[in-house]
Amino acid sequence: MKARTVGRHFRESMKSLGRNSWMSFASASAVTVTLLLVGVFVMIMMNLNKVAEDLEKDVEIKVLVELTADDAMISQLEQDIKQVKGIESVVYSTKEAELEDLIKDFGANMGLSNQNNPLRAAFYVKASNPQETETVAKRIDHLTNTYSVEYGEGKIEKLFSFLNLARNIGLGLILALLFTAMFLISNTIRITIVARRREIEIMKLVGATNWFIRIPFVLEGMWIGILGAILPITLVTLLYSNLYQVVQPYLKGELFNLLPLTPFLYQINALILVMGIFIGVWGSFMSVRKFLRV
Amino acid sequence: MFDSEKIGGYKKMISMKNVYKKYPNGIVAANGINVEIEQGEFVYVVGPSGAGKSTFIKMMYREERPTSGDILINEINLATLKAKRVPLLRRQIGVVFQDFKLLPRLNVYENVAFALEVIEESPKIIRKRVMDVLDLVGLKHKARMFPNELSGGEQQRVSIARSIVNTPSVIIADEPTGNLDPETSWDIMHLFQEVNRRGTTIIMATHNKEIVNTIKHRVIAIEGGLIVRDEHGGDYGYES
Repeated sequence: MKARTVGRHFRESMKSLGRNSWMSFASASAVTVTLLLVGVFVMIMMNLNKVAEDLEKDVEIKVLVELTADDAMISQLEQDIKQVKGIESVVYSTKEAELEDLIKDFGANMGLSNQNNPLRAAFYVKASNPQETETVAKRIDHLTNTYSVEYGEGKIEKLFSFLNLARNIGLGLILALLFTAMFLISNTIRITIVARRREIEIMKLVGATNWFIRIPFVLEGMWIGILGAILPITLVTLLYSNLYQVVQPYLKGELFNLLPLTPFLYQINALILVMGIFIGVWGSFMSVRKFLRV
Repeated sequence: MFDSEKIGGYKKMISMKNVYKKYPNGIVAANGINVEIEQGEFVYVVGPSGAGKSTFIKMMYREERPTSGDILINEINLATLKAKRVPLLRRQIGVVFQDFKLLPRLNVYENVAFALEVIEESPKIIRKRVMDVLDLVGLKHKARMFPNELSGGEQQRVSIARSIVNTPSVIIADEPTGNLDPETSWDIMHLFQEVNRRGTTIIMATHNKEIVNTIKHRVIAIEGGLIVRDEHGGDYGYES
């Protein structure tokens, strides 16, 4: 295909967009509505996921060391823990450090400071996959010189199963929404193409190849997708940056956070645009296909 | 096998050999048609409705495929032509229809230019050729108008302009005057005469007795899927 033909297809697709302005408007509106829904939904889902990840990251295993263990045994234990499968990090905290933490949390007037330190030295262990915390904790429990292994038993399982459920439901909803969107839009585009069935027939009679007919339609679908993405992109950007400004101050010092504006806004807007283009192109491609078999 | 045969110094434009066409619903529209049309001829195709006239015409631009037999146009065998090559065939023939078949969203100029755009002609040549043929059909001043702003006769002129703009060697017209009043029909016929005078083969299915009997040309009459009459300078031969 010659370069000027490509140019011709571009001009033709835009011309046709303008001359069928009502149908173009209808299709672009259908794209807008769905992309807006999908955009807001993806926004919520991705943040929920972020919160979940933050919470998960915070899950750690506290390994208390036997009082009888001397320095050599403790460093042996550290080596042993590091060799357990699925460990991300191990931090050692002496019993003096533990005491300081306790005093920091509860104040100095507990009277503990005058006595012999009753606390145990501890290792803080993070599993590389937070969901495997329990398994990792059980592996560590088998090592010698551990007094006890704590990992928020029972609580974290509930948290994880809740987060997983939320994720799966969200993913399912997004997929369902996208599927509906495609169906809706390919239907709208099909209506515009049915109206132009005669045109396609005439083009074939004059000797146009299938691609010559198809490309302007597909490009037109692309423009419709891009036009339909403008409003969702604007609204999602406004919505999220406002939401972020309002909510973020309250989350200072919390364990979890919202996704920062950059790169999140770029990502979600790119996603919306790509989805719009894909829906438009796919919709017109599928619709025009039917009428080319003459 | 007979693709470059020549008769009397003329190159054969179209030949049909034992063409047989049966539709899926059992109707036999061509029952062994043999015909040869030479370059530069003007041929009327006449016959009652449902006699196979339309099928005869449609097979020539490969809208329909024969069930068996050979159809050669410009040495291309339509019976074996692959679907992918059909656009290439259509570029060598011009088609004109009773209902004009203009693209409603394109203006007169664009409608004619479309036939050249599909062959990726350069914009400069397209402009010149389109204006030339619009001049020939007398519609240069209406180039920016849309089909629905034109009369039937004007629309048919546009359609003829489109069919001749890429200088095809043959024009196939399916009742081109069927939707026009008598006076306009004569105008259109004069245009076809002029196109034919310039060397283009014309094959025209028609029901217009007056035209066939006045502007004398070869007449092929089709009945029951067979050519029942084929005479040069013949009459319409039916009561219309």
